[in-house]
Amino acid sequence: MRGETDHEIATDSAVRAAPAIASAQAAKLLPHSRFGGPIPWVIAILIALVVLAAAGGLALRNLASNASADLSDAVTVQIIEADSAARQERAQAAAAALTSQPGVSSVRVVPPEELAQLLEPWLGSSAGSADVPIPALIDVELASAASPEEVAALQAALDRAVPGTRVDAQSAWLRPVYDALAALQWLALALIALVAIATAAAVWLAARNAFTNHRETVEIIHLLGGTDGQITRVFQRAVMREAAFGAAIGVAIGLAGIWLLGQQFAALDSGMVGGAALGWGDWIVIAAIPVAGVLLSIITGRITISLALRAML
Amino acid sequence: MTDRSGEIVKFDNVGLRYGTDSEVLSDLSFTLFPGSFYFLTGASGAGKTSLLKLLYLAQRPSRGSIRMFGRDMITLPRGDLPDFRRRVGVVFQDFRLVTHLSAFDNVALPLRLAGTSEAKVLKTVTEMLEWVGLAHRIDAIPATMSGGEQQRVAIARAVIARPQLLIADEPTGNVDPEMALKLLRLFEALNTRVGTTVVVATHDVHLLKKVPESLIMRLHRGKLSDPTGALRYPPARTTRSPSKAFPGTPPEMGARDAQSTDERR
Repeated sequence: MRGETDHEIATDSAVRAAPAIASAQAAKLLPHSRFGGPIPWVIAILIALVVLAAAGGLALRNLASNASADLSDAVTVQIIEADSAARQERAQAAAAALTSQPGVSSVRVVPPEELAQLLEPWLGSSAGSADVPIPALIDVELASAASPEEVAALQAALDRAVPGTRVDAQSAWLRPVYDALAALQWLALALIALVAIATAAAVWLAARNAFTNHRETVEIIHLLGGTDGQITRVFQRAVMREAAFGAAIGVAIGLAGIWLLGQQFAALDSGMVGGAALGWGDWIVIAAIPVAGVLLSIITGRITISLALRAML
Repeated sequence: MTDRSGEIVKFDNVGLRYGTDSEVLSDLSFTLFPGSFYFLTGASGAGKTSLLKLLYLAQRPSRGSIRMFGRDMITLPRGDLPDFRRRVGVVFQDFRLVTHLSAFDNVALPLRLAGTSEAKVLKTVTEMLEWVGLAHRIDAIPATMSGGEQQRVAIARAVIARPQLLIADEPTGNVDPEMALKLLRLFEALNTRVGTTVVVATHDVHLLKKVPESLIMRLHRGKLSDPTGALRYPPARTTRSPSKAFPGTPPEMGARDAQSTDERR
């Protein structure tokens, strides 16, 4: 019976491991689509959208972060007084009072000419007229961020020295802008999540179709002793190939879109827009998008094929 | 791996129905022994293909017990089925070749699924295709091959991994009488030289006479009858001479296997 035992050992050792089919041979098991199907192109469009949405979201985050950093430690003091001479006198007194306050790093009374220049777009040439009562403004830089307690302490000090002044944290003026930027960031995130779901759904449909189209081949491989793992890997290779092709096209389209938008915004020559520039970390996140897209496609394809195989004996 | 009792397959009171229809197979109880040659006969619609599906593990029965290679196939986890399917070679009635693969790649499939090295695949498959007379058609895809050529590719694929059980469903239904006889002699060679248990389903009664010592199981409306004692224990079987239609020992089936066949007998 030695021969039979040898046969058993050979058979068992050959089948237990359920090895992967060599790459070149596995690739042959499903006919190549030559990227003629819609899936690589659907993935390309979805990846391009994600790249644009991510770039937009990251730029908005940078913009909000830079603007917030610039303004978070600044407060403005307004002195409302109809008589211009008295207004300037009270402004100097308030500046002197502020200089002696703890936590104040610099105090600057904004010259009336500078104020008139700032208001000229709205009030016209009459902005500089003595007939228009413009409040005196004092820019105050603090050593740290202007917390509500710190603003209240400054207000109390000024009330004692120069009654009738008003202290505002500059960041409070931009609160609605920050809120809008935050909403846009959430919108970008939601768009990315939706596109990820759409990508998974597209891959799921494609994998189901591929499985249905090649069901006969799958059944033959099953009956010849192919394992679910071997069959899944064959489909996974096809999904990976199509997804990688689509992701490469998509990221190229997305980067071209970012470049075009960057050129448009750069033409605005605005300091605020400059704060939205993408950093190295942002580019790494963008570079990870096609990789994540391919991984998502592979995982979705694998799950889809595994579930379809489980329905077979 | 055969059962300790020497049985390769044992059906006990097996029934099969598809959905809620009536049973297509009823009360099947029989045993297949290593190294035996069986014909499964019956009119069209008698249930031959359904019985073969149970044998090549494409279907589970609705009732009864099936043991193969010493294991209970009813309770066998789905993940363990490939192990057992690799011990069964199948020649399907409609060949079931992978249409976009060449003759070579079709025959190589069982070896590649088992993780055989490409060097060995190349050698073994080339020899096997030469053995079945298709060396000149190695790169042909099924659509460009005749019915007989496709049948021989299917047979080469079924036997390339040295199965312990070979099942052929109407293997001569698509070929001319001369080729049918050659194919039958090929099965005989596998049976006598390698010790493969062979089950050939056919409704061609003339074919049965070509292998006079074979055992015959007859299906009629899903039930088995036993005209040659195939279902008795021990089965009524005599030793036969090796075939000469496909001369020589099949590739990769050398003296060791022939010796082991003799030992089993």
